[in-house]
Amino acid sequence: MLDIDSLEVSYGAVRAVRGVSLRVRKGELVTLLGANGAGKSSTLMAIAGAVRATAGRVRLDGADVSGATPEAMVRRGVAAVPETRDVFPDLTVAQNLQLGAFTRRRDQAGVLHDRDTHFARFPILAERLHLPAGNLSGGEQQMLVIARALMSRPAVLLLDEPSLGLAPLVVDQIFGMIRSLKESGLTILLVEQNAAKALAVSDHAYVMRLGRIEAEGPASEIAAATELKSLYLGAEP
Amino acid sequence: MNPAQFVLDVLSLGGAYALMALGLVIVYGILRLVNFAYGELIMVSGYTMFLVSGSGLPWLAMAACGVIMAVAAGIATDYLAFRPVRAKSVTAVLITSFAFSTLLQNAALLFISPRPRAVPLPELFSRTVEFAGVITPVRNLITIAVAVIMLGIFSWLMRSTALGIAMRAAATNFRMARMMGIPANLIISAAFAISGLLAGAVAILWIGRIGTVVPGIGLQPLLIAFIATVIGGMRSLQGAVLGGFLLALIDTSLNYTLPQDLLKFRDAFTFSLVILILLWRPEGIVRGPASGQRT
Repeated sequence: MLDIDSLEVSYGAVRAVRGVSLRVRKGELVTLLGANGAGKSSTLMAIAGAVRATAGRVRLDGADVSGATPEAMVRRGVAAVPETRDVFPDLTVAQNLQLGAFTRRRDQAGVLHDRDTHFARFPILAERLHLPAGNLSGGEQQMLVIARALMSRPAVLLLDEPSLGLAPLVVDQIFGMIRSLKESGLTILLVEQNAAKALAVSDHAYVMRLGRIEAEGPASEIAAATELKSLYLGAEP
Repeated sequence: MNPAQFVLDVLSLGGAYALMALGLVIVYGILRLVNFAYGELIMVSGYTMFLVSGSGLPWLAMAACGVIMAVAAGIATDYLAFRPVRAKSVTAVLITSFAFSTLLQNAALLFISPRPRAVPLPELFSRTVEFAGVITPVRNLITIAVAVIMLGIFSWLMRSTALGIAMRAAATNFRMARMMGIPANLIISAAFAISGLLAGAVAILWIGRIGTVVPGIGLQPLLIAFIATVIGGMRSLQGAVLGGFLLALIDTSLNYTLPQDLLKFRDAFTFSLVILILLWRPEGIVRGPASGQRT
């Protein structure tokens, strides 16, 4: 479904992503692991169109979407949740969710129906509906940005560090939700520092180091390969 | 001094200032760039009204032509001056906006005249009314009414429409807004169009005070808008409105209290007060949301 071929991202002289190729099949949950600064987020943001790739190809269902703008990617069914967890703090929870459905704004009935579906998954959002999103806790904001991304009815969800800085209980909740999204048939590309939890829900995993893919394989094999642990846990071997 | 007279003066001047400031800050909020060609939108509107003045159209239709041309000029600013260089650098956009401003002014000098040109105004604008011991030009009451209506429409647009909410989102975090599928170009063009609409309304009210248009007419409204947004808070729409009324309060108070021979130095007093306000609150009175990056 999503085919990345020799992707490169540079920030000035810094080559953050150096020839990354990866593939996410329909309905799969694929995790991208790696230490801080390995280039995981840059890879994800380049796929979403939010960061310009200097080279390489991004294909979605066989169509070349390299260099597409972030808004075009959303229209093509790729929604991204960046690690910065950007809620619009002055807007209410309801308005944030409404913005998530911006590409479907002609279909208000469908949008409201989907919103109710997400409330079943995140009941807290229904309670906070008319509060400014800036007043929510970190975990609630994370749920909001995920629900907001889902409002565009994406075929592929790009999730960047959804567990970052959250309490262990909330992290479990988030991973439970990622699992249920996968079970509902959504294709997910996940970037995570929390390797153990990520591998437990993933089908396939890639390990990045210094902008390159160092290893890949079924999630269970990557989890079992002890020699890789130092790579994605950040310690030098 | 009659307090009712004072309040009325502050409100009518403040209404005009608030609309000027709002027109500037709506673009600034999204692009983080001051559109220096903003004053020329007012000029374009003024000259449009001058050019259609012989057409025999009813006045309201002529005023509508002025407003429509200001909106068109606003959108043209985006397409000609901003969009081609937006991705390049902030300095480039700053310079193109200056260039566009100079270009429009010189076009007016060349094709029309450096001398003032009369703009059609309804007879109502020059009439005065007296009530509760206050004598005031009707145009001041019109200014207040137009400001209230425009601010009301504007506030409804930004609070209750999909486009308005998308614009507020883009002003807070442009990149994230695009990742919601909100097209960058649509938001920016809409901001310029709204800026033009406000400039068109300002043009009628502002020119209504003097009755003529000259190529440099936009400079003073641009300056007023800039100062009002700086003291009110560059990142906040409410701040711009507040700044406009505060600046009007300062100007009017000085008009009432300064002795005759100091009155010509009024702006020096105004700017001294503005400096004091900025020393007290360097970010402006209303801080606005913590902002993200422009992309």
